[in-house]
Amino acid sequence: MTAAAPPLRRLRRPSAIPGFGIAFGYTLAYLGLIVLLPLAALVLKASSIGLSGLWAAAMEPRVLAALRTSFGLSLAAGIVDAVFGLIVAWVLVRYRFPGRKLIDAAVDLPFALPTAVAGIALAALYAPNGWIGRLVEPLGLRIAFTPLGIFIALVFVGLPFAVRTVEPLIAEIDRELEEASATLGATRGQTLRRVLLPPLLPAVLTGFALAFARAVGEYGSVIFVAGNMPYVSEIAPLLIVIKLEEFNYAGATAIATIMLGMSFAALLAINLIQAWSRRRFGHV
Amino acid sequence: MSDTVLPAPAREGRGRRVTTEGAGARLALALAALSFLALFLVLPLVVVFVEAFKGGIGTYLSAFDDPDAQAAIRLTLTVAAIAVPLNLVFGVAAAWAIAKFAFAGKSLLVTLIDLPFSVSPVVSGLVYVLLFGAQGLFGPFLKAHGIEVIFALPGIVLATVFVTFPFVARELIPLMQEQGTADEEAALSLGASGLRTFLTVTLPNIRWGLFYGVLLCNARAMGEFGAVSVVSGHIRGLTNTMPLHVEILYNEYNFIAAFAVASLLALLALVTLAAKSVLEWRYGDALSGRGAH
Repeated sequence: MTAAAPPLRRLRRPSAIPGFGIAFGYTLAYLGLIVLLPLAALVLKASSIGLSGLWAAAMEPRVLAALRTSFGLSLAAGIVDAVFGLIVAWVLVRYRFPGRKLIDAAVDLPFALPTAVAGIALAALYAPNGWIGRLVEPLGLRIAFTPLGIFIALVFVGLPFAVRTVEPLIAEIDRELEEASATLGATRGQTLRRVLLPPLLPAVLTGFALAFARAVGEYGSVIFVAGNMPYVSEIAPLLIVIKLEEFNYAGATAIATIMLGMSFAALLAINLIQAWSRRRFGHV
Repeated sequence: MSDTVLPAPAREGRGRRVTTEGAGARLALALAALSFLALFLVLPLVVVFVEAFKGGIGTYLSAFDDPDAQAAIRLTLTVAAIAVPLNLVFGVAAAWAIAKFAFAGKSLLVTLIDLPFSVSPVVSGLVYVLLFGAQGLFGPFLKAHGIEVIFALPGIVLATVFVTFPFVARELIPLMQEQGTADEEAALSLGASGLRTFLTVTLPNIRWGLFYGVLLCNARAMGEFGAVSVVSGHIRGLTNTMPLHVEILYNEYNFIAAFAVASLLALLALVTLAAKSVLEWRYGDALSGRGAH
């Protein structure tokens, strides 16, 4: 179906399918009402505070500490997720063992399990009298109610992102590539490092960025194991809630704006990684 | 290069397979992966049920005699019953517009639809407080007319709709793009009306993808904590959803009841995962759009 001479600068290509107007109109209206208008309210509130006001709010020591806790621990959790996500995806795709499909399905559990449930479950495991907490307590190690507890929760919520971005790529690897590498005299380690890993790298980075972005905003599963001590184990989203409970809308908005900015930066980074990967490897 | 010239690669040598790691490395990798998953996936799930049944079945069941727990379950079901159909209709409309037509600004629209996924749940709640809260943009107007949004059902529904916004659309858009417009064009040229084409041609083609999207949307809608916690006000028996009720019970050191309510949510997650896996195994082609042709 090619129109004879499409007029220049036409916004929509003609089509025989009906219903564009109503579907498109409804989509825009619903998107505007549910997502764009509320986010605009945040931007409006932020602009009424002004850049200097935002800066001042961010530099408040307690806020700064919370942002540092959130971003630092999310970074660490993202890295652990990326590394173990790669290993888990590799084992699930390449190795055959009983229960493999079941385990593969279970990887999505952190997506499906409500965060509050994950939170109290992790607290029950890692509290000093919990299943795992009890084991490490004699070693002088405390996990729950310290930044380490936050880290564990963040690794939990980010794991599926890391596994699911790498998994399809590993499944698509052409075995002939590995055979060629082996016939040319490479050891298995060399093949893994120099033939298989480079094309997987963009997906690993994307998985890291997704896990990181999710971890930065995570609230439910963290607050139960964090201990929530100001300056020590208080995350930025919790501080937003605290400011709201004090009716300090400006303070809450300032932190939210900074976090939103960071998550858009992460989104942009993901898009850049994918554009680079398409150029370099011809796939996402 | 054609296969007839080259001899088939020798695959029969069992001990010398070149496309896999040595036995030791395989064992180490598998052990690392499986123990990581056991620690991070299996244990948290198991602990929920063990803690819930710590006092025996009677204590477990008595947690649901509490009228507040029953109110929380009712509220969660109500919220999901409103939020999921809203996002279902939106998802179908958005996918229809995006997948069946070519227009300017499409990729921007797709990015905007995905936006709620990259917003922290707490921020998702906050934006509605800024709009409808007492000091919010529309706060004075709502107060003058006696309409309650924040700390009431509408606010909880709105926050839930926001966080589950992309689920159905994001499942359907790639699926319908893959399926193209040929089937619909054939139906239309044979004289079917637009609505009939949608109901008898498009809908059967996308039904498993739609079901899949609704499943994930529902799981998130019932389990959402952060966004709902910001707008709910935590009024027992009134604006407490199940996840919020879990928090209250837990903070009151009523651990068995907290884990009992949590076990219902965990069960929902398990059912969702099972249904999702069954869909993927049985209808994998229909989900990715390959089976429609």
